[in-house]
Amino acid sequence: MGHTLAEKIIGAHVMDGVASGQAEAPSLPFMLDGPGSTTSGDSSRSRPEVWPGDLVEATVDVVLSNDITAPIAIREFETLGVERVFDPSRVVMVADHFAPNKDIKSAEQCACMRRFARAQGLPHHFDVGRMGIEHVLLPEQGLVAPGDLVVGADSHTCTYGAIGAFATGMGSTDVAVAMATGSTWLRVPETIRVVYNGRLQPWVGGKDLILYIIGQIGVGGARYKAIEFAGPAVDDLSMAGRFTMANMAIEAGGKAGLFAVDDTTRAYVDGRARRPYRVHQADADASYAQVIEIDASQIEPQVAFPHLPENVRPVSQAGDVQIDQVVIGSCTNGRLEDLRVAAGLLRGRQAHPDVRCIVIPGSQQVYLDALRQGLIEAFVEAGAVVSTPTCGPCLGGHMGVLAAGERAVSTTNRNFRGRMGHPESEVYLVGPAVAAASAIAGRIAHPEEIT
Amino acid sequence: MLIEGNVWRYGDNVDTDVIIPARYLNVSTPEELARHCMEDIDAGFADAVQPGDVIVGGENFGCGSSREHAPLAIKGAGVACVVAKSFARIFYRNGINIGLPILECPEAVQEAEKGDRLMVDLKAGSITNERTGRTYRTAAFPPFVMAVIEAGGLVPYTRERFRAQR
Repeated sequence: MGHTLAEKIIGAHVMDGVASGQAEAPSLPFMLDGPGSTTSGDSSRSRPEVWPGDLVEATVDVVLSNDITAPIAIREFETLGVERVFDPSRVVMVADHFAPNKDIKSAEQCACMRRFARAQGLPHHFDVGRMGIEHVLLPEQGLVAPGDLVVGADSHTCTYGAIGAFATGMGSTDVAVAMATGSTWLRVPETIRVVYNGRLQPWVGGKDLILYIIGQIGVGGARYKAIEFAGPAVDDLSMAGRFTMANMAIEAGGKAGLFAVDDTTRAYVDGRARRPYRVHQADADASYAQVIEIDASQIEPQVAFPHLPENVRPVSQAGDVQIDQVVIGSCTNGRLEDLRVAAGLLRGRQAHPDVRCIVIPGSQQVYLDALRQGLIEAFVEAGAVVSTPTCGPCLGGHMGVLAAGERAVSTTNRNFRGRMGHPESEVYLVGPAVAAASAIAGRIAHPEEIT
Repeated sequence: MLIEGNVWRYGDNVDTDVIIPARYLNVSTPEELARHCMEDIDAGFADAVQPGDVIVGGENFGCGSSREHAPLAIKGAGVACVVAKSFARIFYRNGINIGLPILECPEAVQEAEKGDRLMVDLKAGSITNERTGRTYRTAAFPPFVMAVIEAGGLVPYTRERFRAQR
């Protein structure tokens, strides 16, 4: 029986002989022994095989944290009594959540992260003015590569699955231990394979495809599982669309959201990746927990209604929902292509007078490219706000927090109660086309109502 | 490890944004976080919760963010244990890692009501509800996970391993 993509990548990161207690590599501290450890298969093979359910110790290629999760990770790291991180070039820290700092406490969190980065000599600490939202930034800067195993103290770390990396979110303590040891423990997940067949309708993008499947399987539908996204509709997607989909694997409870590496991936990664990378492929006879076939040609632009990402319906069934704010940005939809889609609708038109339209390019590079392509001008002339890169309103931090009774349409990834501000506010999740159309209409709208 | 306390009962999909709203993530100590635990769905919780109490939830408890602040807030509030029908995976790991006991037990959850008194034996994997008189069993933790829990969390566990290597 063959292996899924997740099994392949994890297997390639399990140190040979660890399970039997004969570490050949620099010693890893976990030394999983006894029942529950692995490897199965021939121990003379260069790479162990892993199967769903196996508990393994795996080496990690990149360890990530941000300004709200790094302070705890640093505190735990110091408690471990380790002096140096395992490899400064593999520990990435990004000031994106509450930066530029929204208050004194947030400033202290960024200062803590900055001090640690300097003390450890981290070359990849990204501060205000030289950063982006972490999950836009890392692929853009070639800091994550196909075949990588990445752990991040942020649940949307799964975004890097779009380039064929096994990337998963963890808490600060896990990340502290990974920073110290360069390894982590993992339970190998089963995989759900989702195949999108057919061609996409106009205005439908990666956000709609991922909202659709979350609506189908629910916020716990992929709990403890990896998701593999496949099919001709996915093959046609740009990298931006794939990043969007992988980003929201966690919203179905998924451990990772993976794409096969193809020519589109290589075109993106070659010239960016800062180190050699390895491409894994799922075997044709891999075993999946579930295979879901979807006719993507039937999918319209989607909207996730409050207060769960699974509360999804087609935009044509949204009804008359008056709104107060639109957010276009985030690690989900803050890339250049997303801004281009939004600008294409906003150019020459006006945001509705009752709507605060907030556009947040996902990185300094995205901002510059948008500027050079006239997108920023289109946004400002339409009466929209253009912000420096930040997570900001996505988690109710700053740059667009909601009051009681207010409604936002947003290209972000979560709409739990109180997510963007007051517990009595509402968030509707959409792709950039519906976001821009809604900003113009003053209510949830299909782009075709505007054009 | 024996736990005894009163039940705080919640439903399905209790997410990290209600466990600790993001607007409070500019702090990171358990004491500060505890003050705002469950604020947006149960404003009275933070003031009324007693050390040793047990949070009981439905499916997919702790879904959403990877923020360790969520189990830290719960632990900081004095909650001794979380019992749910199922847990979101990052929250599950985080609970183990910080030494917050977490148990999956659909039967116990089904019959638990707010204010019930529960006795939890972590090692034995049993939960007893004083009101119903029933004892429910939970699945055993994998040995590695049990070792982390017994060490008090991932950091104490890892420190021990480092020491053993020297």
